[in-house]
Amino acid sequence: MSKRIDVKDLNVYYSKFLAVEDVNIEIEAKSVTAFIGPSGCGKSTFLRTLNRMHEVIPGGRVEGEVLLDGDNLYEPGVDPVTVRSQIGMVFQRPNPFPTMSIKDNVLAGVKLNGKKISRSDADSLVEKSLRGANLWNEVKDRLDKPGSGLSGGQQQRLCIARTIAVKPQVILMDEPCSALDPISTLAIEDLINELKSEFTVVIVTHNMQQAARVSDKTAFFNIAGTGKPGKLIEYADTATIFSNPSVKATEDYVSGRFG
Amino acid sequence: MSATTTRKTPNDSRNVQNPPPVARKRNSLAKGHLPRWAVPGIAAAALILGAAASTLGGFSVATLAIYTAIIFVIASTVITTLVEGPRHGKNTLATNLVYAAFLLALIPLASVLFTVLQKGMPGINTHFLFHSMNGITGAVDNASVENGAPVLGGAYHAVIGTLLITLWSTVISVPVGMLTAIYLVEYGKNGPLARAITFFVDVMTGIPSIVAGLFATALFAVLLGPTARMGIVAAVALSVLMIPTVVRSTEEMLKIVPNELREAAYALGVRKWRTIAKVVIPTAISGIASGVTLAIARVIGETAPILVTAGLANNINVNVFGNWMATLPTFIYYQILTPTSPTNVDPSIQRAWAAALLLIVMVMVLNLGARLVAGLFAPKKGR
Repeated sequence: MSKRIDVKDLNVYYSKFLAVEDVNIEIEAKSVTAFIGPSGCGKSTFLRTLNRMHEVIPGGRVEGEVLLDGDNLYEPGVDPVTVRSQIGMVFQRPNPFPTMSIKDNVLAGVKLNGKKISRSDADSLVEKSLRGANLWNEVKDRLDKPGSGLSGGQQQRLCIARTIAVKPQVILMDEPCSALDPISTLAIEDLINELKSEFTVVIVTHNMQQAARVSDKTAFFNIAGTGKPGKLIEYADTATIFSNPSVKATEDYVSGRFG
Repeated sequence: MSATTTRKTPNDSRNVQNPPPVARKRNSLAKGHLPRWAVPGIAAAALILGAAASTLGGFSVATLAIYTAIIFVIASTVITTLVEGPRHGKNTLATNLVYAAFLLALIPLASVLFTVLQKGMPGINTHFLFHSMNGITGAVDNASVENGAPVLGGAYHAVIGTLLITLWSTVISVPVGMLTAIYLVEYGKNGPLARAITFFVDVMTGIPSIVAGLFATALFAVLLGPTARMGIVAAVALSVLMIPTVVRSTEEMLKIVPNELREAAYALGVRKWRTIAKVVIPTAISGIASGVTLAIARVIGETAPILVTAGLANNINVNVFGNWMATLPTFIYYQILTPTSPTNVDPSIQRAWAAALLLIVMVMVLNLGARLVAGLFAPKKGR
């Protein structure tokens, strides 16, 4: 259960400000795609358009098409809620719900939507999701304790468990390791490699080594200057981007000669 | 490195046991420092000087406290400046002024509590708590004063009235106020309507309570005729006073719920109203609960709007939709203003103080209850 995403001529706006211009990209099912680029180039903004989270921000709107297995997310009549239940998202800062236990956090996507779920189904879903996020062994004895009592890395894996519990087709990750220490980062990177077998994963990262380690394909975004829109400069296999990029700007960025 | 350490350690331990008679080098970072007993010492000196100064112009506790405080503040500032330097002197001055302001603010509170306890306690007994003023006339009061018998008549009806009217005004205000706040924070997006509502809520905060009472009276006069006086009218009047407070406090609480939590819920495919109901409000509920309690505490002591809306009753009335009703504030007001027995006012005064004590206790219980509720609902912490 995973779907591909095709983006066609996408422009992303904040009110009148064009933040990301003319993106065309094809993201394969069951692959890991990394977005890299300098701060403010629109990687996160673009990522948020892939599950219609961009429009949550006042003034946020897009032009163009995002196709999930051929279905346009932005067609009139498409409910953003349906889109988001198919395309999950993990945020930069771990954000477990503070009022809920670890178990309830994992079940949040089910319970908050008011779906009835039997106790045994709930328990097996919790275990499966937490195992999927490599967190089960650490928390199995304290499922009823609050999620905010976990460490940062554990909280982030809890957020991933919460995301996979709703069985999405695609998982978007917005710099999921930027607030974590190297050990937790390693745990999450291992997890991404495992998630690939079931989900399509798109990850924004500032860490080029991380992009090189986890992704199959890499997209490099850049910005011409302050106030200019961000653009997709180059999109290719990760190995190509890091060893033999076709654009000079990409080479400068990945080799650290940027600026 | 390790060799140096091992050689040094025995030296150090010997030094600790037998300090060499060489004078220690003065720490270049350290400055003059007042000893620990300096503050109590200065305070004691200030007390003695203050006592001396206050006896000059007729001794009283108030002048003693004032003189002592002034002498203490000046002396401790000057001494700290001389010994520890001007920066520490200013710090001492500011610290002392803050403490003084705190004590000053406590005086009225302590005084009120003390007076009410002192005058109200004699009137509190089971007869007072569980009997109304029904059938208590001037003759009864006269008789109890002349025979030295216990004062009859109580505030049971007023307690019932206070609880019922406050309950109904809460029932009206909390949904209206909370939904308004939710609209303002989650849906209004600072548009023209949201700004207009915010403006009018601010205006409502400043409405004098008697105006709210007149509004409710006028409203029900139009609906039910000019003599409509009952508990629900008073509840409407009080809710006019309560709604702005509830809106304001709920709004502030909703605003501090991190946006990330909303986004996390949206990203799970949760609808907006469910996100609000299941994530945003539970996260903010403890703050909302204490805000609501403060609003209740604010209106529970209102007198004027009750007088013009619920009238005054001497008997027990548990029906807010019919007949006049008494509350504790109006009970106090009438007992003081029109004593039951014009010739022997003491029983009425005693009942008034007892009712005042009861009112304070009720507000305190409410506040404690709010803390309990806030603690129960607060986001769980720890492991």
